[in-house]
Amino acid sequence: MKLLTGNDLASGDVIWWTGKGWSRHIGEAVDVGDEGDAILAREEQARRVNVAYIVDAEQTDSGPLPNHIKERIRASGPTVRTDLAINADIPIVRA
Amino acid sequence: MYLYDSYDQAMVDARVEEFRDQARRRLAGELTEDQFKPLRLMNGLYLQLHAYMLRVAVPYGTLSSRKMRMLAHIARKYDRGYGHFTTRQNIQYNWIKLEDAPDILADLATVEMHAIQTSGNCIRNISSDQYAGVAADEITDPRPWAELLRQWSSFHPEFTYLPRKFKICVIASANDRAAMRLHDIGLELVERDGRIGARVFAGGGMGRTPMVAPEIRDFVEEDELVSYLEACLRVYNRYGRRDNKFKARIKILVHELGVDEYRRQVEEEFAHMRQLGIQPPTEELDRIRAYFAPPVYETGLPEEVDRSDPDFALWLDRNVLPHKQPGYAIVNISLKPVGGIPGDASADQIDLMADLAERHSLDQLRVTHAQNIVLPYVKKADLYTIWQQLDAAGLGTANLDRISDMIACPGLDYCSLANARSIPVAQKIARRFAGNGKEEAIGELKLKISGCINACGHHHAGHIGILGVDRKGTENYQLLLGGSGAEDCSLGAITGPGFTEDGVVDAIERATDLYLAQRQEGERFLDTYRRLGMAPFKEAIYG
Repeated sequence: MKLLTGNDLASGDVIWWTGKGWSRHIGEAVDVGDEGDAILAREEQARRVNVAYIVDAEQTDSGPLPNHIKERIRASGPTVRTDLAINADIPIVRA
Repeated sequence: MYLYDSYDQAMVDARVEEFRDQARRRLAGELTEDQFKPLRLMNGLYLQLHAYMLRVAVPYGTLSSRKMRMLAHIARKYDRGYGHFTTRQNIQYNWIKLEDAPDILADLATVEMHAIQTSGNCIRNISSDQYAGVAADEITDPRPWAELLRQWSSFHPEFTYLPRKFKICVIASANDRAAMRLHDIGLELVERDGRIGARVFAGGGMGRTPMVAPEIRDFVEEDELVSYLEACLRVYNRYGRRDNKFKARIKILVHELGVDEYRRQVEEEFAHMRQLGIQPPTEELDRIRAYFAPPVYETGLPEEVDRSDPDFALWLDRNVLPHKQPGYAIVNISLKPVGGIPGDASADQIDLMADLAERHSLDQLRVTHAQNIVLPYVKKADLYTIWQQLDAAGLGTANLDRISDMIACPGLDYCSLANARSIPVAQKIARRFAGNGKEEAIGELKLKISGCINACGHHHAGHIGILGVDRKGTENYQLLLGGSGAEDCSLGAITGPGFTEDGVVDAIERATDLYLAQRQEGERFLDTYRRLGMAPFKEAIYG
């Protein structure tokens, strides 16, 4: 599956495309299929997202999980400050 | 400490208002990200893994209590209650909002601070010896020179768009505590025939192509130093490669031209610069020097310190160093608690360090390139009360220059450039060696970790270095041995195949076990490695 992610322009928060808008919770992200580029262009134009891009992910029982560790840490928050994590239950290292 | 004059303050205030307008235009959609990015970077505002990150300049690592309190205020009001002290003697905040950034810069300006030139292809924060002005081995205080160079390099119109970033370091001791030869230009102040001048080294650096800077001039007169540096930068600005980011640093130019040819071109340019009369008058250096005049020390202070508390005595032995003035000491506050995040300090801890500096260190603090804090002017009689307060706040770790006193970059936990996490590895190493008691037996060992090839964690200069890499989407750690950022500067060599996170901790223990078994009287880990060479360590590590 393919997810859209970027940062909120004003706050800088990591955000994910939900099909209707943007969320800080990757669990609400949806597969954009081949529509990613078109959505990104529209959303960046409207300044609802900053520095957005498409990431590969897989659907798991607990929700979408990015393939690359960097994106999993972006989705989670710093692994060394779980008190600041937004989605601390995301498995960072694959089993 | 240097105080802004009206020009300094006007420049910084104007920059705040300029950036406020730029941020407003970005938020209003009048600027695209491509247009805005170079503007925010010129003000130290990056977009990192989780949020915007603001890097605040701490000129040559020198802070007053008032400035330190402002750093705590920013952590508390605009960030998430903490900051991260860096290897450029700066501080950075990980959770900044773009909409707050102009107010943060305005707050910083009220205490003569800013984030200008903490990013971009310009001359960055001038770094120096954290013990400047109090070290017994220095021939002069390097801070006035560092301040002169700060003023010269701030908004320098010719050097705002260099081929790549440019880092300058000034020290004034044969003992290098600032990794001087791993800078684009390193200056060692020396005395010759009763006059102070500078040895100049050019073309050092870490990153993907690490190099130790060669000496390009053995003495530049004090009143010609700015002209000479201008010549060094001009040659680089003219011929440094702008076609390839990875070959754009001055070290590549010096290497490709050859040091003799680079020196020749600099001398030619220097001869030209001398005719232009651009050298600041010596009165300006004298004016700056007055701000760094030695304080009025108390005399007749006691030298003896009660060592009856064993934990305090350990901290004394590890973290407190001799001062050039009788009755005084230099206190190193470790920001490396076992299992903590190297370089991080909470707003409350920052405030406490500011309070202690105000009460016990003539209102001054220093940030070290090893990500610790120094109180440079402490009476020995005050050491116990300072230690008690530090210890109660989690700042009393007694590990200066030990294996757990690691330099570690933020790594993949925070940095968008990183390939692997640094901090969890640092935490595991600290726990392992603090837990098994080997840290004490090993003694001095400088371990440095970077989460990518850019080497912000100085892994090339570690007695033991660790480089995090991405191996098919999995974190992997290469091990290096034999590096040093000190006066015996050298670059570490890779041991062989990389390790997992746990594997690299085991490998380090095998290497240090070999050292403990093979060391001769007085040898540090680095000395034993240099005597024995890589082979036995490789054998011990890989079996």
